[in-house]
Amino acid sequence: MAELVFGRPKSLSDVTLSYCPGCTHGIVHRLVAEAIDELGIEGKTIGIAPVGCSVFAYNFFECDMIQAPHGRAPAVATGVKRALPDRVVFTYQGDGDLAAIGTAETVHAAARGENITIIFINNAIYGMTGGQMAPTSLPGQVTTTSPYGRNPKIQGNPIRVCEMLATLDGVAYAERVAVDCPKNVLRAKKAILKAFKTQIEGKGLAIVEVLSSCPTQWGKSPAEALEWIRTAMMPYYPLGVYVDRTGGDAE
Amino acid sequence: MAKVLMKGNEAIAEAAIACGCRLYFGYPITPQTEVAEYMAKRMPKVGGLCLQAESEIAAINMVLGAAAAGARVMTSSSSPGIALKSEGISYIAGSDLPCLILNVQRGGPGLGGIQPAQSDYNLAVKSAGHGDAHMVVYAPSSIQEIVDLTAVAFDVGDKYRVPVMMLADGALGQMMEPVDLESLGERKPPEKPWATTGHGGLRKKNIINSLYIEPEELEEKVRARFERYAQIAEHEARWEEYKLGDAEICLVAYGITARICKTAVEMARRRGIKAGLFRPITLWPYPSRQLDEACRRAGVKRVLVAELNMGQMVDDVRLAINCRLPVAFHGRTGGVLPSPEELLGEIARLDAEIKEEKD
Repeated sequence: MAELVFGRPKSLSDVTLSYCPGCTHGIVHRLVAEAIDELGIEGKTIGIAPVGCSVFAYNFFECDMIQAPHGRAPAVATGVKRALPDRVVFTYQGDGDLAAIGTAETVHAAARGENITIIFINNAIYGMTGGQMAPTSLPGQVTTTSPYGRNPKIQGNPIRVCEMLATLDGVAYAERVAVDCPKNVLRAKKAILKAFKTQIEGKGLAIVEVLSSCPTQWGKSPAEALEWIRTAMMPYYPLGVYVDRTGGDAE
Repeated sequence: MAKVLMKGNEAIAEAAIACGCRLYFGYPITPQTEVAEYMAKRMPKVGGLCLQAESEIAAINMVLGAAAAGARVMTSSSSPGIALKSEGISYIAGSDLPCLILNVQRGGPGLGGIQPAQSDYNLAVKSAGHGDAHMVVYAPSSIQEIVDLTAVAFDVGDKYRVPVMMLADGALGQMMEPVDLESLGERKPPEKPWATTGHGGLRKKNIINSLYIEPEELEEKVRARFERYAQIAEHEARWEEYKLGDAEICLVAYGITARICKTAVEMARRRGIKAGLFRPITLWPYPSRQLDEACRRAGVKRVLVAELNMGQMVDDVRLAINCRLPVAFHGRTGGVLPSPEELLGEIARLDAEIKEEKD
């Protein structure tokens, strides 16, 4: 008898994802679905999709899903969670969504300690609209709207989201991870699992920032893109736990 | 039934609670802040929640989330804040979600003023955000009517899965009148099998969404919504006729302005001028057919629109009567209310025109 040792997580829909070849959104989707499966919460989970490349996330997870206006996912999640406090609510957001147009919603959901889980994809670019400068684009990074490289004197500085949110008392858990190599993917899985457990235990807002690749808009091969996460992004966005007020129970 | 003296802003909050609303999201802005203050006091006593959002934008998106989760939910604001909510209102309409949005209007544009106005007629009726969409818009003219229409608004919103706006103004929000709240009784929202509540393994997943990337699919969704709008137009229009039976001059006014017009009609009648009032209670759907019929029945010769703006409803009146009759307009804006006397002056001028034609 053959034994199935590896398959699609139950919470991940059996559909073709809309992401480009080499994009790491797919990995993160899988990790979120695995976490939902392992915690057995698919039936009580409501996911909030953003605007951006992952706008179609409502088609990719098997739990109930809502598609939010650009940047407003944490406010939408607040409405759901306050209406249904015993459900599990997560948002899945990119850097433009979370750290530019939705900065106020992000910061205030964090300040309130909304008991939600935020999966934050930081790939330092606007993918969906074709490679424009993101709030997290690095100094010197060439994008279609910073064609001569992001000049902090003109276009300002990138935002380090985990560091900023860690200063807020409402944030129970903030960790930055990457999905550039198997070791880091496993670490990301652990962080996402903990972010869901933090919510289930009612400890406050949990955010996992995932350094992700965008080979298409970075103009790199998938392998080069993973290397760029390591060589360019990680020095500016160091991996690690920025705050953990869960008391260790949520591990 | 026992009547209590209440401010409009407080009465709608209490009425919403009576209708089963247990979630309120808002942001302070004059002249509607008492709604949030009242909710903050009352909601915890009835097991509900009043949450002060960081912005009007966040508040309307919290409403979106709560509505998606199947809750009866409301927000309130005043003109500049409603403009900020318009993005969320469009998404709510596009996602087929019901909710109640109260606009206690003030003078505009820009920061404008804080006194009563009706300067958001177009915003409420013509374009509640981007895209092809409508809200059902109620325009109460008394505190009791705010209470009664709150119940209607929640029910209509739930029935058709549309956002509903209560279009009040600074006067209605701030003034006090005796109201009967007991007549609302105990009300409960209907079952919402479409809501994103967690499927519990018992049904397929629900999706609340306004994105349809295939043009044909989006067109189909919009058309289906407009079929519901047609049903709303057919069944949900509300209006009041006052002394229109034999009227030669038909005043058309809504909200607080309609009350001043009633006084002006009384004064005109005492002078032997045959004036009457048509008061749209729903501004969308507009009671067009009813206005046209009322004017035909009475043999109206002149129409006078009165508003607290520069004439935003005038075109709807002209269209309702197919431009059959001359339509005059008298408006005050910036927070100024017209006196019955100045309206009477307009009525008398129109009466003179009619007499001249007869001679």
